[in-house]
Amino acid sequence: MATIEAQPIPRSEQWRDYRRAAGAWLIGPGLWIIIGAFMVWAVFAERDAFVVGVVAGSIFALGALGLTLIYGVLKFGHFAHGDMMMLSGYLAFLFLSGFIVGEKPGDQLTILPVTVNDLPGADDPIWKFSFGYGLWVAMILAGAAMAVILVGLDRFVYRRLRVRKSGIVIFSIAALGIAIATRATILFFWGPSPRLYYPGIRERVDLPFDVSLLADQLFILATALVATAVVYWLLFYTRLGKAMRAMSDNPDLARVSGINTDRIILQTWIVAGALIAVAGVLLSLQVQLDPELGFILLLPLFASAILGGLGNPVGALVGGLIVGITQEVAVTLDLPLLGDVSAGYKFSVAFLILILILLVRPNGLFGAKV
Amino acid sequence: MSILSRIPWAGVVAIFVVGFLVFGVSYEQTAGALPDGNLSGAFSFFVLFLTFVMIYSIFTLGLNTQWGYAGVFNFGVLAFFMVGAYTTAIFVKPPAEGELQDYIGGFGDALNFAPGLQTDQWFVPLVGTLAAGIVSGILALLVSIPTLRLREDYLAIATIGVAELVRRIAIEETWLVNGTRGITGIPLPLRDLVSRGDEKYLKLAIAAVVMVLIFIALERAVRSPWGRVLLGLREDELATAASGKNVTAFKQQSFVLGAVIMGIGGSVYAYTASSLTANSFDHFTGTFLFWAMLMVGGSGNNTGAVAGVFVLWGFWILTLQIQGYDLGDALLIRVPYIREFVLGLLIVLVVLFRPTGLLPQEPRVSIWVERRVRALRAAASRPVAASAEAGGGDT
Repeated sequence: MATIEAQPIPRSEQWRDYRRAAGAWLIGPGLWIIIGAFMVWAVFAERDAFVVGVVAGSIFALGALGLTLIYGVLKFGHFAHGDMMMLSGYLAFLFLSGFIVGEKPGDQLTILPVTVNDLPGADDPIWKFSFGYGLWVAMILAGAAMAVILVGLDRFVYRRLRVRKSGIVIFSIAALGIAIATRATILFFWGPSPRLYYPGIRERVDLPFDVSLLADQLFILATALVATAVVYWLLFYTRLGKAMRAMSDNPDLARVSGINTDRIILQTWIVAGALIAVAGVLLSLQVQLDPELGFILLLPLFASAILGGLGNPVGALVGGLIVGITQEVAVTLDLPLLGDVSAGYKFSVAFLILILILLVRPNGLFGAKV
Repeated sequence: MSILSRIPWAGVVAIFVVGFLVFGVSYEQTAGALPDGNLSGAFSFFVLFLTFVMIYSIFTLGLNTQWGYAGVFNFGVLAFFMVGAYTTAIFVKPPAEGELQDYIGGFGDALNFAPGLQTDQWFVPLVGTLAAGIVSGILALLVSIPTLRLREDYLAIATIGVAELVRRIAIEETWLVNGTRGITGIPLPLRDLVSRGDEKYLKLAIAAVVMVLIFIALERAVRSPWGRVLLGLREDELATAASGKNVTAFKQQSFVLGAVIMGIGGSVYAYTASSLTANSFDHFTGTFLFWAMLMVGGSGNNTGAVAGVFVLWGFWILTLQIQGYDLGDALLIRVPYIREFVLGLLIVLVVLFRPTGLLPQEPRVSIWVERRVRALRAAASRPVAASAEAGGGDT
């Protein structure tokens, strides 16, 4: 009978274990220190870009919040998220003006008999904003429409795949198909040229600490704050939120605990639809309506969500802000080797953040389960 | 069992005939009467069509190696497409000169080491294509390191990022590949062999030869033990890992191999198009189109990948012809978008109702098993034949 002797652990493996332990302790705080230092430096050195970054970041945070909710409850990467955001921006545009593209690309054609702008005083600018209360109405309508669209897609596409117990890759490919079709729908109705909700000069407001930003951007920040607050209240203080978090944690356990998972999934799509619509309208206000933007938007959205840990709603908020600020500050830099960073690289910065975080901390800053 | 016998010939012939007829008709509509008859115009259109079927087949074969066989996601085919095309351009073109030209490299003259042997006709393009494959493979390796050991969708989003980064770099960095002004005049290999009018046949021949070579190589590869590990990987990663296979390494190999194939495809595209402009590449024609082709054709099946290209590129070209008809401006400017919508819809419908695509994947066994079975069958049939002969002799 062979005896089993205790083998000494090889030196190399010992070192590997030490390195891992040290890495786990160092990387977490180390990352936070690097990010914090960068933010502090950006506040003083590149204040304008920092402020714009906060605005962009709050939009990304809203988008990433929706992405991470869908991921948490349904467990797949929603690759149609960016295009859906763009579609909701265009839907708000349609509700506002009733316009689609006519015979020639430049023409406009009114297809809605009644539009939001027909309401009395709907397009009179409030305070220093470039828009009136009509935009809020349009945003709510777009949110409702987006919820209907997403629930419909779930009924006809995702639920069938769920019933069949398809792998996450199949879900993602279906989402890609939907993204392509969504982009084509936007192009079909509104044409390829970018648009604005309201043309005209945008007024600036001066804030303390030498900060100046567009009035519209102030609105974006405020709306994003309110929307996030509502979602957090929903997630952490209601039965729905509790059920959603339970499903995110362990779907099977949630089901046996008597949670109606089908209903929670539908409600998740509705919440996500509202978030997508708010994020989409705010984004269109901040940049412009552009059908080509939707797909590329996936980069900052996923970067934000993964940075905060996919499925972690608080992380999505922090991740969105970090990605937004880094993007805006990075394109103002004049790097020693690479020279001026062109503004065209904005979304590539998000990609680089994504790669970095995947290299050092694939579970995100907060170490969520993946 | 040869590759030829597995192609559904009746279907291919039917598509050819229908396609040719439609081209003839539509060409008559658009171009009017030509002195040498409409058929030759339609024919050269058809040759162009086939050339692009061959080139795009290379990409779907590459994508099939990644997604169809190993289940590795790649939403950034565009990155490897562009890297392959531009690497080839840099390698086969002479150095940049003149005000409007600016790109790195330009090794064409340096590689032409023996002009007497006409190395510019065959050696330089060969190096260009190989370099395209290698550079594209290195890029894939770099992308795969941080992402491949993680969940599948992380790689997908990373490849989108790479594609966008490559596209941005090509547009912004004018010193690299001349930006949106583009690189023109990429020489066609073996061009001196044919007259100027016959260049289109040469292009078709080159694309077809490369495609068929890759096809045969892949068919061998997926029947090897290596290919069966990939299949197992796609079906059940845990089981494959449990049987002692290094899952990440196999995924990495298939991802890199697929990227090399895509790089070669980009290279053939560069020769065919002969000019590359940074803003002519986009995510739709560079990535989504290939996904739709592969999904429709049948993922996990090389013949299906080619058939998917044939069907969808045929659809693409035929709908282009619709624009020749008088439909009114409102519809005409929207034809491209309807087409894109149909492609997106097709992907969803295939996923929902026919996950196997047009040509389902066949049950695969090892070539060794196939050979053994054939040998056994032969051995089993021999005595029967012999006894039959003997019986015949008796009566």
